[in-house]
Amino acid sequence: MQHYVFIGLFLLVAVLFPIIAVGVAYFLRPKRPTPEKCSTYECGLETRGPTWVRFRAQYYLYALVFVVFDVEVAFLYPWAVAYNRLELFGLIEMLIFLGILVVGLAYAWRKGALEWM
Amino acid sequence: MENVWTIENVWNAIGMALQNWLAGFLPAWLVTLIMDLLVIVVLLAIGIVAVLILSFLERKVAARAGDRYGPNRWGPYGVLQPFADAIKMLIKEDIVPHVADRFSFNLAPVIVTVGAVMTYAVLPFGRNMVAANLNIGILYFAAVGSLSIIGLLTAGWGSRNKYALISAFRSVAQLITYEVPLALCIICVVMLAGSLSTQDIVLAQQERGWFFLLMPGIFILYFLAASAEMIRCPFDLLEADSEIVAGHFIEYSGMKFALFFLAEYIHLFAGSAMMVTLFFGGWLGPWLPSWLWFLIKTFVVIFVFMWIRNTFPRIRIDQVLKIGWKVMVPAGLVGLAITGFVDKLIADTLIAGVVLFVCNIALIVGVSYFMGRAQRQKEMAAEGAALR
Repeated sequence: MQHYVFIGLFLLVAVLFPIIAVGVAYFLRPKRPTPEKCSTYECGLETRGPTWVRFRAQYYLYALVFVVFDVEVAFLYPWAVAYNRLELFGLIEMLIFLGILVVGLAYAWRKGALEWM
Repeated sequence: MENVWTIENVWNAIGMALQNWLAGFLPAWLVTLIMDLLVIVVLLAIGIVAVLILSFLERKVAARAGDRYGPNRWGPYGVLQPFADAIKMLIKEDIVPHVADRFSFNLAPVIVTVGAVMTYAVLPFGRNMVAANLNIGILYFAAVGSLSIIGLLTAGWGSRNKYALISAFRSVAQLITYEVPLALCIICVVMLAGSLSTQDIVLAQQERGWFFLLMPGIFILYFLAASAEMIRCPFDLLEADSEIVAGHFIEYSGMKFALFFLAEYIHLFAGSAMMVTLFFGGWLGPWLPSWLWFLIKTFVVIFVFMWIRNTFPRIRIDQVLKIGWKVMVPAGLVGLAITGFVDKLIADTLIAGVVLFVCNIALIVGVSYFMGRAQRQKEMAAEGAALR
């Protein structure tokens, strides 16, 4: 339990650290903004068109496949810790579970979800 | 607890002496609080000093590889250069673009720094030298380490710059993809060690030998996935200077830029340290004190990362994702099955180790064969299309 108190304290200091760093710099740095300086950088040209466009569906597909495998990994961690105490059956059970997910990956692969278009 | 003054134990002994001195005139909870804060400050100091050393080392190694001098103006061999850089960062003007979303623009450096710094809590710097010996150490490391993805996305979106936004999109795709094989490799190590605690994993390697020797195939997978997670070359697509200038931190300047820079190098140090913990026996080693061994091994790994950066060209984003999903994830799953079966079916640890090694070599050969065959088929298809 004491370890988690430490982690909480660490989180607090870790959040304060960048804020203090930027705060110190606030008092030391010059502040002379000009319209040119504060314009968006784009290799010397004016930015054209909207920047906040929608995500391409491609990224969304990767994220979906990722969710499947990340949930699997969340199941694998406790299983791996207990692995030494499990029988062979425990291993085969987990491999069947993995096999089902691999079918999902194979499906996404065949459907072309993993192709970059 | 007894207080032994040896080189091996010097840091713990200093801590114990300080704690005993404080306990003389302060209540117990205050002593604990002060000691905890002191450990945190020391961890942050290690982080910042490591970044200063690494930024200097990176430039010197790149200079050596490019047959140049590198920084050589400030101090002997330019060793004071990082301090000059730090002062410059501190007094630079902070420019916020007018169109930027100020809230997420300012929030991003904080998230990135927190995600990087927090990983230090579970690094085993030496025998009995881990700030918080959590029983879920590795899980904590993976979870906190992936916080930075959110920071990068926030930075790319908040800047409202096209290069930054492309980098944000890429960070989602790339970092997410390589999280999966990374976790699969970690799970192989956890299966052999039987614990998620970083100290227990090191101690398990004392009994069974370094996991790098037992599982070279898994190690190579881990190395590639880790370099993608740390945004190191050849997987540094998120900040590819030849394509998207600097990626997510393109609009940042001054201290906020410095925080991104800091987070990146803290990630490099922490990632290398974790690689040493998982595969190279952590602080194990003869003659020298354990914390020195840990630092030596970590810096050797970091040097290899820098060496790779100066040797290999960057690959394209579609290649990064293709390798991630079509090679690394299946290979990681096969590796997991191999590790499980060998360790379960062969009772003798020594024979199991040898069989595991052979199977891992077979895994490397198999993956290389299938990748080569796919490449040849692609080339033949391209030639066929050209003839027609």
